[in-house]
Amino acid sequence: MSNDVLVVAEIRDGAPKKITFEMLGEGARIAEQLGGSVHAVALGHGISEVASPLAHHGAKKIYLADDPALEHYTAEGYTSVLAHLIKDMQPALVLLGATTTGKDLAPRLAARLAVGLASDCTGFAVENGQLRITRPIYAGKAIATVEETQKPYMVTARPNVFAAPEPDTSLKATTETIPGDTGEIRAKVVEMIKEAGERVELTEADIVVSGGRGLKAPENFAMIEELAKVLGAAVGASRAAVDAGWKDHSYQVGQTGKVVTPTLYIACGISGAIQHLAGMKTSKYIVAVNKDPDAPIFKVADYGIVADVFRVVPVLTEEFKKMKAEG
Amino acid sequence: MNIVICVKQVPDTETKIKVKDGQVDHAETKYVVNPYDEYAIEEGLRIRERLGEGKITLVSTGPERVKDALKSGLALGADEAIHLVDEAFEGSDPYATALILSKAVAKLDYDIILCGKQGVDEDHAQVGIILAELLDLPHVSVVTKLEISEDRQAVVAHREVEGGHEAVQAPLPSVITAQKGLNEPRYASIKGIMAVKKKVIPEWNATELGVEKNQAGAMAAKMTFLEVTLPPERTAGQVFAEDPVQDAIKVAHLLRDEAKIL
Repeated sequence: MSNDVLVVAEIRDGAPKKITFEMLGEGARIAEQLGGSVHAVALGHGISEVASPLAHHGAKKIYLADDPALEHYTAEGYTSVLAHLIKDMQPALVLLGATTTGKDLAPRLAARLAVGLASDCTGFAVENGQLRITRPIYAGKAIATVEETQKPYMVTARPNVFAAPEPDTSLKATTETIPGDTGEIRAKVVEMIKEAGERVELTEADIVVSGGRGLKAPENFAMIEELAKVLGAAVGASRAAVDAGWKDHSYQVGQTGKVVTPTLYIACGISGAIQHLAGMKTSKYIVAVNKDPDAPIFKVADYGIVADVFRVVPVLTEEFKKMKAEG
Repeated sequence: MNIVICVKQVPDTETKIKVKDGQVDHAETKYVVNPYDEYAIEEGLRIRERLGEGKITLVSTGPERVKDALKSGLALGADEAIHLVDEAFEGSDPYATALILSKAVAKLDYDIILCGKQGVDEDHAQVGIILAELLDLPHVSVVTKLEISEDRQAVVAHREVEGGHEAVQAPLPSVITAQKGLNEPRYASIKGIMAVKKKVIPEWNATELGVEKNQAGAMAAKMTFLEVTLPPERTAGQVFAEDPVQDAIKVAHLLRDEAKIL
Protein backbone atom coordinates (compact mmCIF):
# COMPACT_ATOMS: atom_id res chain seq x y z
CA MET A 1 0.00 0.00 0.00
CA SER A 2 1.44 3.38 -1.03
CA ASN A 3 0.90 6.78 0.59
CA ASP A 4 -0.28 8.27 -2.68
CA VAL A 5 -3.54 10.04 -3.42
CA LEU A 6 -5.43 9.30 -6.64
CA VAL A 7 -7.79 11.93 -8.04
CA VAL A 8 -10.42 10.64 -10.46
CA ALA A 9 -10.62 13.50 -12.97
CA GLU A 10 -13.95 14.55 -14.34
CA ILE A 11 -13.80 15.50 -17.99
CA ARG A 12 -16.41 17.58 -19.74
CA ASP A 13 -16.23 18.75 -23.35
CA GLY A 14 -12.62 17.64 -23.53
CA ALA A 15 -11.36 19.51 -20.45
CA PRO A 16 -11.16 18.72 -16.73
CA LYS A 17 -13.89 20.33 -14.67
CA LYS A 18 -13.14 22.77 -11.84
CA ILE A 19 -13.83 20.13 -9.18
CA THR A 20 -10.91 18.12 -10.58
CA PHE A 21 -8.50 21.00 -9.87
CA GLU A 22 -10.05 21.51 -6.43
CA MET A 23 -9.38 17.83 -5.68
CA LEU A 24 -5.80 18.06 -7.00
CA GLY A 25 -5.16 20.99 -4.64
CA GLU A 26 -6.61 19.23 -1.60
CA GLY A 27 -5.17 15.89 -2.69
CA ALA A 28 -1.65 17.37 -2.83
CA ARG A 29 -2.07 18.76 0.69
CA ILE A 30 -3.19 15.37 2.04
CA ALA A 31 -0.52 13.46 0.09
CA GLU A 32 2.19 15.65 1.58
CA GLN A 33 1.01 14.82 5.10
CA LEU A 34 0.81 11.14 4.28
CA GLY A 35 4.26 11.22 2.71
CA GLY A 36 3.09 10.44 -0.81
CA SER A 37 2.25 12.15 -4.09
CA VAL A 38 -0.96 13.15 -5.84
CA HIS A 39 -1.80 11.45 -9.13
CA ALA A 40 -4.76 11.71 -11.49
CA VAL A 41 -6.68 9.30 -13.68
CA ALA A 42 -8.85 10.35 -16.60
CA LEU A 43 -11.23 8.17 -18.59
CA GLY A 44 -12.77 8.96 -21.95
CA HIS A 45 -12.10 8.92 -25.65
CA GLY A 46 -9.68 11.27 -27.40
CA ILE A 47 -8.62 12.82 -24.10
CA SER A 48 -4.83 13.14 -24.51
CA GLU A 49 -5.20 16.93 -24.15
CA VAL A 50 -6.33 16.72 -20.56
CA ALA A 51 -2.86 15.65 -19.39
CA SER A 52 -1.35 19.17 -19.49
CA PRO A 53 -3.97 20.93 -17.36
CA LEU A 54 -3.87 18.04 -14.86
CA ALA A 55 -0.07 18.37 -14.65
CA HIS A 56 -0.25 22.17 -14.36
CA HIS A 57 -2.53 21.76 -11.36
CA GLY A 58 -0.15 19.44 -9.55
CA ALA A 59 -0.73 15.84 -10.70
CA LYS A 60 2.62 14.01 -10.62
CA LYS A 61 1.54 11.05 -12.67
CA ILE A 62 -1.41 10.84 -15.01
CA TYR A 63 -3.14 7.61 -15.93
CA LEU A 64 -5.15 7.79 -19.13
CA ALA A 65 -7.77 5.25 -20.19
CA ASP A 66 -8.62 6.27 -23.74
CA ASP A 67 -11.15 4.03 -25.43
CA PRO A 68 -14.31 4.49 -27.55
CA ALA A 69 -16.20 2.45 -24.94
CA LEU A 70 -15.35 5.12 -22.34
CA GLU A 71 -16.53 8.11 -24.38
CA HIS A 72 -19.76 8.26 -22.40
CA TYR A 73 -19.76 7.63 -18.69
CA THR A 74 -21.26 4.34 -17.51
CA ALA A 75 -21.10 3.21 -13.88
CA GLU A 76 -20.20 -0.34 -14.84
CA GLY A 77 -17.53 0.50 -17.43
CA TYR A 78 -15.82 3.16 -15.32
CA THR A 79 -15.95 0.97 -12.20
CA SER A 80 -14.22 -1.85 -14.04
CA VAL A 81 -11.36 0.33 -15.35
CA LEU A 82 -10.81 2.18 -12.06
CA ALA A 83 -11.00 -0.94 -9.89
CA HIS A 84 -8.16 -2.50 -11.90
CA LEU A 85 -6.01 0.61 -11.60
CA ILE A 86 -6.63 1.01 -7.85
CA LYS A 87 -5.82 -2.64 -7.14
CA ASP A 88 -2.65 -2.16 -9.14
CA MET A 89 -1.32 1.14 -7.80
CA GLN A 90 -2.65 0.74 -4.22
CA PRO A 91 -3.24 4.40 -3.33
CA ALA A 92 -3.92 5.41 0.29
CA LEU A 93 -6.81 7.64 -0.78
CA VAL A 94 -9.07 7.90 -3.83
CA LEU A 95 -10.82 11.25 -4.38
CA LEU A 96 -13.89 11.60 -6.60
CA GLY A 97 -16.10 14.66 -7.06
CA ALA A 98 -19.48 14.73 -5.32
CA THR A 99 -21.02 15.52 -8.70
CA THR A 100 -23.76 13.78 -10.69
CA THR A 101 -21.17 11.37 -12.08
CA GLY A 102 -19.06 10.95 -8.94
CA LYS A 103 -22.06 10.22 -6.74
CA ASP A 104 -23.18 7.50 -9.17
CA LEU A 105 -19.74 5.98 -9.62
CA ALA A 106 -18.13 6.10 -6.16
CA PRO A 107 -20.49 3.70 -4.30
CA ARG A 108 -20.22 1.09 -7.06
CA LEU A 109 -16.42 1.38 -7.12
CA ALA A 110 -16.13 1.25 -3.31
CA ALA A 111 -18.35 -1.84 -3.23
CA ARG A 112 -16.31 -3.52 -5.98
CA LEU A 113 -13.17 -2.98 -3.86
CA ALA A 114 -15.07 -3.78 -0.63
CA VAL A 115 -13.89 -0.58 1.04
CA GLY A 116 -15.73 2.23 2.82
CA LEU A 117 -16.81 5.50 1.24
CA ALA A 118 -17.36 8.91 2.82
CA SER A 119 -19.76 10.97 0.70
CA ASP A 120 -19.84 14.69 -0.01
CA CYS A 121 -16.89 15.58 2.21
CA THR A 122 -15.98 19.15 3.13
CA GLY A 123 -12.78 18.74 5.14
CA PHE A 124 -9.78 16.45 5.61
CA ALA A 125 -7.15 16.29 8.32
CA VAL A 126 -4.34 13.81 8.80
CA GLU A 127 -3.72 12.82 12.42
CA ASN A 128 -1.12 10.16 13.21
CA GLY A 129 -1.33 8.90 9.66
CA GLN A 130 -5.11 8.52 9.95
CA LEU A 131 -7.45 10.52 7.76
CA ARG A 132 -10.15 12.43 9.65
CA ILE A 133 -12.96 13.43 7.36
CA THR A 134 -15.68 15.99 7.95
CA ARG A 135 -18.95 15.73 6.11
CA PRO A 136 -22.29 17.44 6.60
CA ILE A 137 -25.23 15.24 7.61
CA TYR A 138 -28.94 16.07 7.74
CA ALA A 139 -28.27 18.32 4.73
CA GLY A 140 -25.89 20.40 6.85
CA LYS A 141 -27.93 20.67 10.03
CA ALA A 142 -25.03 18.81 11.67
CA ILE A 143 -21.40 18.01 10.83
CA ALA A 144 -19.93 14.53 11.30
CA THR A 145 -16.29 13.61 11.70
CA VAL A 146 -15.74 10.15 10.24
CA GLU A 147 -12.89 7.76 9.72
CA GLU A 148 -12.48 4.89 7.30
CA THR A 149 -11.09 1.67 8.71
CA GLN A 150 -9.16 0.32 5.75
CA LYS A 151 -7.19 1.58 2.78
CA PRO A 152 -7.66 2.69 0.16
CA TYR A 153 -9.83 5.34 1.79
CA MET A 154 -12.41 6.51 -0.68
CA VAL A 155 -14.26 9.81 -0.60
CA THR A 156 -16.34 12.13 -2.74
CA ALA A 157 -15.44 15.81 -2.29
CA ARG A 158 -18.07 18.53 -2.40
CA PRO A 159 -17.55 21.05 -5.22
CA ASN A 160 -16.80 24.70 -4.35
CA VAL A 161 -15.28 23.88 -0.96
CA PHE A 162 -11.58 23.31 -1.66
CA ALA A 163 -9.34 25.89 -3.33
CA ALA A 164 -7.99 24.99 -6.77
CA PRO A 165 -4.27 25.75 -7.09
CA GLU A 166 -3.14 28.37 -9.59
CA PRO A 167 -1.97 26.54 -12.72
CA ASP A 168 1.81 26.43 -13.16
CA THR A 169 2.68 25.71 -16.78
CA SER A 170 6.24 24.70 -15.86
CA LEU A 171 4.92 21.62 -14.03
CA LYS A 172 5.29 18.33 -15.84
CA ALA A 173 3.92 14.88 -15.18
CA THR A 174 4.57 11.40 -16.46
CA THR A 175 1.72 9.86 -18.40
CA GLU A 176 0.79 6.20 -18.43
CA THR A 177 -1.84 4.62 -20.63
CA ILE A 178 -4.00 2.08 -18.83
CA PRO A 179 -6.31 -0.51 -20.38
CA GLY A 180 -9.89 0.60 -21.03
CA ASP A 181 -11.27 -2.78 -20.06
CA THR A 182 -14.91 -2.00 -19.31
CA GLY A 183 -16.25 -5.53 -18.92
CA GLU A 184 -19.92 -5.98 -19.73
CA ILE A 185 -21.96 -2.76 -19.66
CA ARG A 186 -25.62 -3.49 -19.04
CA ALA A 187 -27.03 -0.03 -18.20
CA LYS A 188 -26.43 2.25 -21.21
CA VAL A 189 -27.40 5.81 -22.10
CA VAL A 190 -29.75 5.66 -25.08
CA GLU A 191 -30.68 9.35 -25.28
CA MET A 192 -29.54 12.74 -23.99
CA ILE A 193 -32.30 15.27 -23.46
CA LYS A 194 -30.51 18.62 -23.35
CA GLU A 195 -32.09 21.66 -21.82
CA ALA A 196 -32.54 24.70 -23.99
CA GLY A 197 -29.85 27.30 -23.33
CA GLU A 198 -26.80 27.22 -21.14
CA ARG A 199 -27.44 26.48 -17.53
CA VAL A 200 -25.00 27.09 -14.71
CA GLU A 201 -24.83 23.99 -12.48
CA LEU A 202 -26.31 24.83 -9.07
CA THR A 203 -23.90 22.90 -6.88
CA GLU A 204 -20.84 24.29 -8.65
CA ALA A 205 -21.95 27.90 -9.11
CA ASP A 206 -20.15 30.85 -7.54
CA ILE A 207 -23.37 32.81 -7.27
CA VAL A 208 -26.92 31.46 -6.86
CA VAL A 209 -30.10 33.51 -7.22
CA SER A 210 -33.15 31.68 -5.86
CA GLY A 211 -36.84 32.42 -5.98
CA GLY A 212 -39.64 31.29 -3.70
CA ARG A 213 -43.33 31.59 -3.08
CA GLY A 214 -43.00 35.38 -2.87
CA LEU A 215 -42.71 35.44 -6.66
CA LYS A 216 -46.44 34.62 -6.76
CA ALA A 217 -46.42 33.08 -10.27
CA PRO A 218 -44.10 30.94 -12.43
CA GLU A 219 -43.65 33.63 -15.10
CA ASN A 220 -42.11 35.91 -12.48
CA PHE A 221 -39.05 33.66 -12.39
CA ALA A 222 -38.02 35.63 -15.50
CA MET A 223 -36.98 38.43 -13.12
CA ILE A 224 -34.77 35.97 -11.18
CA GLU A 225 -33.28 34.60 -14.39
CA GLU A 226 -32.43 38.10 -15.55
CA LEU A 227 -30.58 38.92 -12.33
CA ALA A 228 -28.81 35.55 -12.54
CA LYS A 229 -27.78 36.24 -16.13
CA VAL A 230 -26.18 39.56 -15.24
CA LEU A 231 -24.23 37.90 -12.42
CA GLY A 232 -23.39 34.71 -14.35
CA ALA A 233 -25.24 32.92 -11.57
CA ALA A 234 -27.19 29.68 -11.32
CA VAL A 235 -30.94 29.83 -10.69
CA GLY A 236 -32.39 28.05 -7.67
CA ALA A 237 -35.86 27.63 -6.22
CA SER A 238 -37.41 26.93 -2.83
CA ARG A 239 -39.36 23.76 -2.22
CA ALA A 240 -42.59 25.79 -2.21
CA ALA A 241 -41.86 27.05 -5.74
CA VAL A 242 -41.01 23.54 -6.93
CA ASP A 243 -44.01 21.90 -5.30
CA ALA A 244 -46.22 24.55 -6.91
CA GLY A 245 -44.87 23.36 -10.27
CA TRP A 246 -43.15 26.68 -11.10
CA LYS A 247 -39.73 25.09 -11.48
CA ASP A 248 -38.44 21.58 -12.09
CA HIS A 249 -37.08 19.75 -9.04
CA SER A 250 -33.54 20.00 -10.40
CA TYR A 251 -33.65 23.67 -9.31
CA GLN A 252 -34.61 22.96 -5.69
CA VAL A 253 -32.25 24.09 -2.94
CA GLY A 254 -32.66 22.45 0.47
CA GLN A 255 -32.88 19.17 2.32
CA THR A 256 -34.78 17.31 -0.40
CA GLY A 257 -33.03 19.25 -3.14
CA LYS A 258 -29.48 20.42 -3.63
CA VAL A 259 -27.05 21.67 -1.02
CA VAL A 260 -25.15 24.67 -2.35
CA THR A 261 -22.05 26.52 -1.11
CA PRO A 262 -21.62 29.54 -3.41
CA THR A 263 -19.77 32.75 -2.59
CA LEU A 264 -23.06 34.63 -2.85
CA TYR A 265 -26.61 33.38 -2.37
CA ILE A 266 -29.49 35.75 -3.11
CA ALA A 267 -32.85 34.55 -1.74
CA CYS A 268 -35.81 36.33 -3.32
CA GLY A 269 -39.24 35.87 -1.78
CA ILE A 270 -38.07 32.87 0.26
CA SER A 271 -39.14 32.76 3.91
CA GLY A 272 -36.39 30.34 4.96
CA ALA A 273 -37.87 27.06 6.22
CA ILE A 274 -35.43 24.90 8.21
CA GLN A 275 -35.04 22.54 5.21
CA HIS A 276 -34.14 25.44 2.89
CA LEU A 277 -31.67 26.98 5.33
CA ALA A 278 -29.94 23.60 5.64
CA GLY A 279 -29.28 23.69 1.90
CA MET A 280 -27.70 27.15 1.62
CA LYS A 281 -26.49 28.20 5.06
CA THR A 282 -22.83 27.59 4.28
CA SER A 283 -22.82 30.16 1.46
CA LYS A 284 -20.17 32.81 2.08
CA TYR A 285 -22.53 35.76 1.68
CA ILE A 286 -26.30 35.63 1.89
CA VAL A 287 -28.67 38.33 0.68
CA ALA A 288 -32.37 38.04 1.50
CA VAL A 289 -35.24 39.97 0.00
CA ASN A 290 -38.58 39.41 1.65
CA LYS A 291 -41.44 41.64 2.67
CA ASP A 292 -41.99 39.85 5.98
CA PRO A 293 -39.50 41.31 8.50
CA ASP A 294 -39.93 38.20 10.68
CA ALA A 295 -39.01 35.74 7.93
CA PRO A 296 -36.38 33.28 9.30
CA ILE A 297 -34.19 33.89 6.22
CA PHE A 298 -33.14 37.24 7.74
CA LYS A 299 -31.53 35.39 10.68
CA VAL A 300 -28.87 33.98 8.34
CA ALA A 301 -28.59 36.90 5.89
CA ASP A 302 -25.56 39.19 5.80
CA TYR A 303 -27.65 41.78 3.96
CA GLY A 304 -31.41 41.79 4.27
CA ILE A 305 -33.89 43.97 2.43
CA VAL A 306 -37.38 44.07 3.89
CA ALA A 307 -39.43 44.94 0.82
CA ASP A 308 -41.45 43.57 -2.06
CA VAL A 309 -39.23 41.41 -4.32
CA PHE A 310 -40.84 42.97 -7.40
CA ARG A 311 -39.49 46.39 -6.43
CA VAL A 312 -36.02 45.23 -5.35
CA VAL A 313 -34.87 42.58 -7.83
CA PRO A 314 -35.09 44.74 -11.00
CA VAL A 315 -33.08 47.48 -9.22
CA LEU A 316 -30.38 44.95 -8.24
CA THR A 317 -30.25 43.76 -11.86
CA GLU A 318 -29.87 47.34 -13.13
CA GLU A 319 -27.21 48.24 -10.55
CA PHE A 320 -25.10 45.16 -11.32
CA LYS A 321 -25.45 45.88 -15.06
CA LYS A 322 -24.13 49.40 -14.48
CA MET A 323 -21.25 48.14 -12.34
CA LYS A 324 -20.27 45.61 -14.97
CA ALA A 325 -20.38 48.28 -17.67
CA GLU A 326 -18.13 50.48 -15.53
CA GLY A 327 -15.78 47.51 -15.15
CA MET B 1 -43.53 -8.54 -11.86
CA ASN B 2 -41.89 -8.95 -8.47
CA ILE B 3 -41.05 -5.55 -7.05
CA VAL B 4 -38.80 -5.23 -4.01
CA ILE B 5 -38.60 -1.84 -2.31
CA CYS B 6 -35.97 -0.91 0.28
CA VAL B 7 -37.30 1.44 2.93
CA LYS B 8 -35.48 3.49 5.55
CA GLN B 9 -36.99 5.23 8.53
CA VAL B 10 -35.49 8.67 9.16
CA PRO B 11 -36.12 11.73 11.35
CA ASP B 12 -38.78 14.05 9.91
CA THR B 13 -37.11 16.81 7.86
CA GLU B 14 -38.83 19.33 10.18
CA THR B 15 -36.60 18.06 13.00
CA LYS B 16 -34.18 20.48 14.57
CA ILE B 17 -31.05 18.42 15.09
CA LYS B 18 -29.63 18.42 18.60
CA VAL B 19 -26.29 17.03 19.66
CA LYS B 20 -25.45 15.40 22.98
CA ASP B 21 -22.09 13.86 23.88
CA GLY B 22 -20.87 14.04 20.30
CA GLN B 23 -23.88 12.17 18.91
CA VAL B 24 -27.19 13.27 17.42
CA ASP B 25 -29.71 13.36 20.26
CA HIS B 26 -32.85 11.57 19.10
CA ALA B 27 -34.79 11.87 22.37
CA GLU B 28 -37.49 14.01 20.75
CA THR B 29 -37.17 12.85 17.16
CA LYS B 30 -40.30 12.01 15.21
CA TYR B 31 -39.60 9.33 12.61
CA VAL B 32 -41.05 9.11 9.12
CA VAL B 33 -40.52 7.09 5.95
CA ASN B 34 -37.50 8.56 4.13
CA PRO B 35 -38.99 11.03 1.59
CA TYR B 36 -37.08 9.52 -1.35
CA ASP B 37 -38.32 6.04 -0.38
CA GLU B 38 -41.88 7.39 -0.65
CA TYR B 39 -41.21 7.98 -4.34
CA ALA B 40 -39.87 4.43 -4.62
CA ILE B 41 -43.01 3.00 -2.97
CA GLU B 42 -45.30 5.11 -5.15
CA GLU B 43 -43.46 3.98 -8.28
CA GLY B 44 -43.86 0.36 -7.22
CA LEU B 45 -47.60 0.87 -6.82
CA ARG B 46 -47.82 2.55 -10.22
CA ILE B 47 -45.87 -0.24 -11.95
CA ARG B 48 -48.27 -2.80 -10.46
CA GLU B 49 -51.26 -0.71 -11.57
CA ARG B 50 -49.92 -0.20 -15.10
CA LEU B 51 -49.11 -3.87 -15.62
CA GLY B 52 -52.29 -5.05 -13.94
CA GLU B 53 -50.26 -7.52 -11.89
CA GLY B 54 -47.30 -7.64 -9.59
CA LYS B 55 -46.23 -8.25 -6.04
CA ILE B 56 -44.66 -5.55 -3.92
CA THR B 57 -42.42 -6.58 -1.03
CA LEU B 58 -40.94 -3.99 1.33
CA VAL B 59 -37.73 -4.64 3.24
CA SER B 60 -36.18 -2.51 5.95
CA THR B 61 -33.45 -2.91 8.51
CA GLY B 62 -33.33 -1.05 11.81
CA PRO B 63 -34.75 -1.18 15.33
CA GLU B 64 -38.30 -2.12 16.32
CA ARG B 65 -39.69 1.32 15.39
CA VAL B 66 -38.88 0.56 11.72
CA LYS B 67 -42.04 -1.57 11.66
CA ASP B 68 -44.02 1.69 11.60
CA ALA B 69 -42.31 2.68 8.35
CA LEU B 70 -43.10 -0.75 6.87
CA LYS B 71 -46.73 -0.42 8.00
CA SER B 72 -46.96 2.97 6.28
CA GLY B 73 -45.94 1.26 3.04
CA LEU B 74 -48.38 -1.61 3.58
CA ALA B 75 -51.17 0.91 4.22
CA LEU B 76 -50.43 2.43 0.81
CA GLY B 77 -50.89 -0.96 -0.84
CA ALA B 78 -47.67 -2.96 -0.68
CA ASP B 79 -48.35 -6.71 -0.49
CA GLU B 80 -45.73 -7.78 2.02
CA ALA B 81 -43.14 -6.35 4.37
CA ILE B 82 -40.14 -7.94 6.04
CA HIS B 83 -38.22 -6.49 8.95
CA LEU B 84 -34.53 -7.37 8.90
CA VAL B 85 -33.56 -7.15 12.53
CA ASP B 86 -30.76 -8.48 14.70
CA GLU B 87 -28.61 -7.07 17.49
CA ALA B 88 -25.66 -7.80 15.22
CA PHE B 89 -26.97 -5.24 12.69
CA GLU B 90 -26.82 -2.25 15.05
CA GLY B 91 -24.44 0.48 13.91
CA SER B 92 -24.15 -0.84 10.36
CA ASP B 93 -22.54 1.49 7.81
CA PRO B 94 -23.85 1.84 4.22
CA TYR B 95 -21.86 -1.18 3.00
CA ALA B 96 -23.13 -3.47 5.77
CA THR B 97 -26.68 -2.13 5.33
CA ALA B 98 -26.51 -2.94 1.63
CA LEU B 99 -25.12 -6.37 2.47
CA ILE B 100 -28.02 -7.13 4.85
CA LEU B 101 -30.51 -5.95 2.21
CA SER B 102 -28.76 -8.01 -0.50
CA LYS B 103 -29.13 -11.19 1.56
CA ALA B 104 -32.84 -10.49 2.00
CA VAL B 105 -33.39 -9.68 -1.68
CA ALA B 106 -31.54 -12.87 -2.69
CA LYS B 107 -34.11 -14.90 -0.74
CA LEU B 108 -36.99 -13.26 -2.62
CA ASP B 109 -38.19 -13.37 -6.20
CA TYR B 110 -37.31 -10.04 -7.80
CA ASP B 111 -37.55 -8.36 -11.18
CA ILE B 112 -36.93 -4.80 -10.09
CA ILE B 113 -35.54 -3.28 -6.89
CA LEU B 114 -36.52 0.26 -5.99
CA CYS B 115 -34.75 2.43 -3.41
CA GLY B 116 -34.72 6.12 -2.51
CA LYS B 117 -31.65 7.92 -3.86
CA GLN B 118 -30.48 8.70 -0.33
CA GLY B 119 -31.57 8.74 3.28
CA VAL B 120 -32.15 12.32 4.40
CA ASP B 121 -30.45 11.60 7.74
CA GLU B 122 -26.82 10.67 7.14
CA ASP B 123 -26.97 11.60 3.43
CA HIS B 124 -24.57 8.89 2.26
CA ALA B 125 -26.52 8.22 -0.97
CA GLN B 126 -24.75 4.86 -1.30
CA VAL B 127 -26.92 1.92 -0.22
CA GLY B 128 -28.98 1.37 -3.40
CA ILE B 129 -25.91 1.46 -5.63
CA ILE B 130 -23.83 -0.81 -3.36
CA LEU B 131 -26.80 -3.20 -3.24
CA ALA B 132 -26.73 -3.37 -7.06
CA GLU B 133 -23.01 -4.17 -7.05
CA LEU B 134 -23.38 -6.84 -4.35
CA LEU B 135 -26.17 -8.52 -6.31
CA ASP B 136 -24.22 -8.05 -9.55
CA LEU B 137 -27.08 -6.07 -11.07
CA PRO B 138 -26.98 -2.88 -13.12
CA HIS B 139 -28.27 0.29 -11.46
CA VAL B 140 -29.71 3.62 -12.54
CA SER B 141 -29.59 6.36 -9.89
CA VAL B 142 -31.50 9.62 -9.29
CA VAL B 143 -34.31 8.53 -11.56
CA THR B 144 -37.11 10.98 -12.42
CA LYS B 145 -39.04 8.86 -14.94
CA LEU B 146 -39.30 5.10 -15.31
CA GLU B 147 -40.75 3.00 -18.12
CA ILE B 148 -40.93 -0.79 -18.25
CA SER B 149 -40.51 -2.28 -21.73
CA GLU B 150 -43.44 -4.09 -23.30
CA ASP B 151 -41.79 -7.48 -22.94
CA ARG B 152 -41.03 -6.59 -19.30
CA GLN B 153 -37.39 -7.52 -19.75
CA ALA B 154 -35.90 -4.00 -19.49
CA VAL B 155 -36.43 -0.46 -18.25
CA VAL B 156 -35.73 2.97 -19.64
CA ALA B 157 -34.98 5.30 -16.76
CA HIS B 158 -34.49 9.05 -17.05
CA ARG B 159 -31.98 10.60 -14.71
CA GLU B 160 -30.92 14.12 -13.91
CA VAL B 161 -27.53 15.08 -15.28
CA GLU B 162 -25.77 18.37 -15.82
CA GLY B 163 -27.52 20.38 -18.47
CA GLY B 164 -30.49 18.08 -18.84
CA HIS B 165 -31.65 14.51 -18.52
CA GLU B 166 -30.39 11.26 -19.94
CA ALA B 167 -32.36 8.14 -20.71
CA VAL B 168 -30.66 4.95 -19.58
CA GLN B 169 -31.72 1.51 -20.73
CA ALA B 170 -31.05 -1.41 -18.40
CA PRO B 171 -32.12 -5.05 -18.49
CA LEU B 172 -34.24 -6.40 -15.63
CA PRO B 173 -33.57 -7.14 -12.90
CA SER B 174 -32.00 -3.78 -12.07
CA VAL B 175 -31.76 -1.46 -9.09
CA ILE B 176 -33.40 1.94 -9.49
CA THR B 177 -32.88 4.80 -7.01
CA ALA B 178 -35.69 7.36 -6.91
CA GLN B 179 -35.26 11.12 -7.12
CA LYS B 180 -37.91 13.68 -6.28
CA GLY B 181 -39.97 14.36 -9.40
CA LEU B 182 -40.37 10.66 -10.24
CA ASN B 183 -44.01 10.84 -9.16
CA GLU B 184 -46.41 12.40 -6.69
CA PRO B 185 -46.84 9.98 -3.76
CA ARG B 186 -50.41 9.24 -2.72
CA TYR B 187 -51.73 9.30 0.80
CA ALA B 188 -52.87 6.13 2.54
CA SER B 189 -56.60 5.65 2.86
CA ILE B 190 -58.17 5.35 6.33
CA LYS B 191 -59.17 1.83 5.34
CA GLY B 192 -55.58 1.02 4.43
CA ILE B 193 -54.26 2.40 7.69
CA MET B 194 -56.85 0.47 9.76
CA ALA B 195 -56.15 -2.75 7.88
CA VAL B 196 -52.44 -2.81 8.79
CA LYS B 197 -52.75 -1.66 12.40
CA LYS B 198 -52.61 -5.11 13.90
CA LYS B 199 -50.67 -6.75 11.11
CA VAL B 200 -47.73 -8.81 12.33
CA ILE B 201 -44.62 -8.08 10.29
CA PRO B 202 -42.29 -11.05 9.87
CA GLU B 203 -38.71 -10.68 11.06
CA TRP B 204 -35.60 -12.14 9.50
CA ASN B 205 -32.50 -12.25 11.69
CA ALA B 206 -28.80 -12.63 10.87
CA THR B 207 -28.92 -16.43 10.93
CA GLU B 208 -31.99 -16.61 8.70
CA LEU B 209 -30.40 -14.15 6.27
CA GLY B 210 -27.01 -15.82 6.33
CA VAL B 211 -25.25 -12.66 7.51
CA GLU B 212 -22.16 -13.56 9.54
CA LYS B 213 -21.79 -11.70 12.83
CA ASN B 214 -18.56 -10.10 11.62
CA GLN B 215 -20.16 -8.83 8.39
CA ALA B 216 -22.54 -6.26 9.90
CA GLY B 217 -22.94 -3.85 12.77
CA ALA B 218 -20.50 -1.38 14.29
CA MET B 219 -17.66 -3.92 14.42
CA ALA B 220 -17.76 -4.47 10.66
CA ALA B 221 -18.01 -0.78 9.77
CA LYS B 222 -15.71 0.33 6.99
CA MET B 223 -16.56 3.90 7.95
CA THR B 224 -17.18 5.01 11.51
CA PHE B 225 -18.57 8.19 13.03
CA LEU B 226 -16.18 9.69 15.56
CA GLU B 227 -18.16 12.76 16.47
CA VAL B 228 -21.12 14.89 15.47
CA THR B 229 -21.13 18.65 16.05
CA LEU B 230 -23.45 21.48 15.14
CA PRO B 231 -22.31 23.93 12.48
CA PRO B 232 -21.47 27.43 13.70
CA GLU B 233 -24.59 29.58 13.89
CA ARG B 234 -24.76 32.37 11.38
CA THR B 235 -25.56 35.74 12.81
CA ALA B 236 -27.93 38.16 11.18
CA GLY B 237 -26.19 41.03 9.42
CA GLN B 238 -27.48 44.40 8.28
CA VAL B 239 -31.16 44.74 7.53
CA PHE B 240 -32.50 47.54 5.36
CA ALA B 241 -36.16 48.47 5.55
CA GLU B 242 -36.54 52.03 4.38
CA ASP B 243 -36.87 52.50 0.66
CA PRO B 244 -36.82 49.45 -1.65
CA VAL B 245 -34.97 51.21 -4.48
CA GLN B 246 -32.37 52.95 -2.30
CA ASP B 247 -31.91 49.81 -0.17
CA ALA B 248 -31.32 47.69 -3.27
CA ILE B 249 -28.71 50.16 -4.55
CA LYS B 250 -26.99 50.14 -1.13
CA VAL B 251 -26.84 46.34 -1.01
CA ALA B 252 -25.53 46.12 -4.57
CA HIS B 253 -22.70 48.48 -3.60
CA LEU B 254 -21.97 46.61 -0.37
CA LEU B 255 -21.69 43.39 -2.37
CA ARG B 256 -19.22 44.99 -4.71
CA ASP B 257 -17.18 46.92 -2.14
CA GLU B 258 -17.30 44.72 0.97
CA ALA B 259 -17.97 41.22 -0.34
CA LYS B 260 -15.94 41.87 -3.51
CA ILE B 261 -18.52 40.27 -5.75
CA LEU B 262 -18.15 41.12 -9.47
